[in-house]
Amino acid sequence: MATATEHAEHTEHEQHGLTDGGYIKVAVVLAVITALEVSTYYVDFGPFFMPSLMIMMVAKFIIVVSYFMHLKFDNKLFSFMFYAGLVLALGCYFAALATFQFFS
Amino acid sequence: MADTAVHAAHDVGHGAHVTSTGLSNNKLAMWLFLGSECLLFGGLISTYMLYRGRVANGPHPNQIYDIPFTSVSSFVLLMSSLTMVLAVSAAQRRNDQQTNLWLTVTALLGATFVGGQVYEFTAFYREGLGFTTSLFSSSFYTLTGFHGVHVTVGVIMLLVTRSIIQKNRVTRPNRWKLSVSTGTSSMWSGSSFSPSSTSSPPDVGGTLNEHGNGN
Repeated sequence: MATATEHAEHTEHEQHGLTDGGYIKVAVVLAVITALEVSTYYVDFGPFFMPSLMIMMVAKFIIVVSYFMHLKFDNKLFSFMFYAGLVLALGCYFAALATFQFFS
Repeated sequence: MADTAVHAAHDVGHGAHVTSTGLSNNKLAMWLFLGSECLLFGGLISTYMLYRGRVANGPHPNQIYDIPFTSVSSFVLLMSSLTMVLAVSAAQRRNDQQTNLWLTVTALLGATFVGGQVYEFTAFYREGLGFTTSLFSSSFYTLTGFHGVHVTVGVIMLLVTRSIIQKNRVTRPNRWKLSVSTGTSSMWSGSSFSPSSTSSPPDVGGTLNEHGNGN
């Protein structure tokens, strides 16, 4: 009996993150965002074309990293490691692109 | 702080060596690697953005990209993120059968993506877009090629992990430490999200939109 209880506690302890149903719901949200991204190719979004694409890209990135890569449920140090690299990369490449007058 | 302590206890509690951070060094190294991947792909994407309009010879991006095909490829890879996380979930429940099933499905979806990329590269080459045709083609093949290699390595890692589990070569207490729960999973999901996850990268700020609102 004690063994069964220990096993149940151990299983519960290991099971962090969403349930399978939760992951499927996240995937549906991602699929909808992807469909919206693709629709920008066929539907004229006018001046909202680029901002909408950028917002959807960032939303997908945060959802994938948080849920599918488990960062939301894990130690904050892992998030720091990953986002530090990301911020460093963005800083470097915005500077590099600006040097080549990409934004002008 | 309490959160950190709980996670640290969690990581160490699954057979990891005691570390100064209380976290698994393997897991920490994988996240450092993924952070460095941001730098790698950031460089490749920036180069592509700079050179996408530099076409002296050969076809322009809007002449060759097949958006419906690319959309399907992107969707396949996105779904592989789902099957990967389902494999991790099954591994956490210590359900080997489901773990192997989802790992196999993930590998198949990854292989489908890579196959699509090979098909697309072949089609582009036949349309006159070689690696050295233009600055655009060089940056395009380098960016998407690097991503394809990442996915291919991921597929191999998945199949090896599946084989290890199937042959029962990992003792149960060590299952949790298998890369399926940290490394492969994180790398796979990261790889499947990469902005170049479509064979043809989105023409950010470019000229692709058929309604001409891309610029």
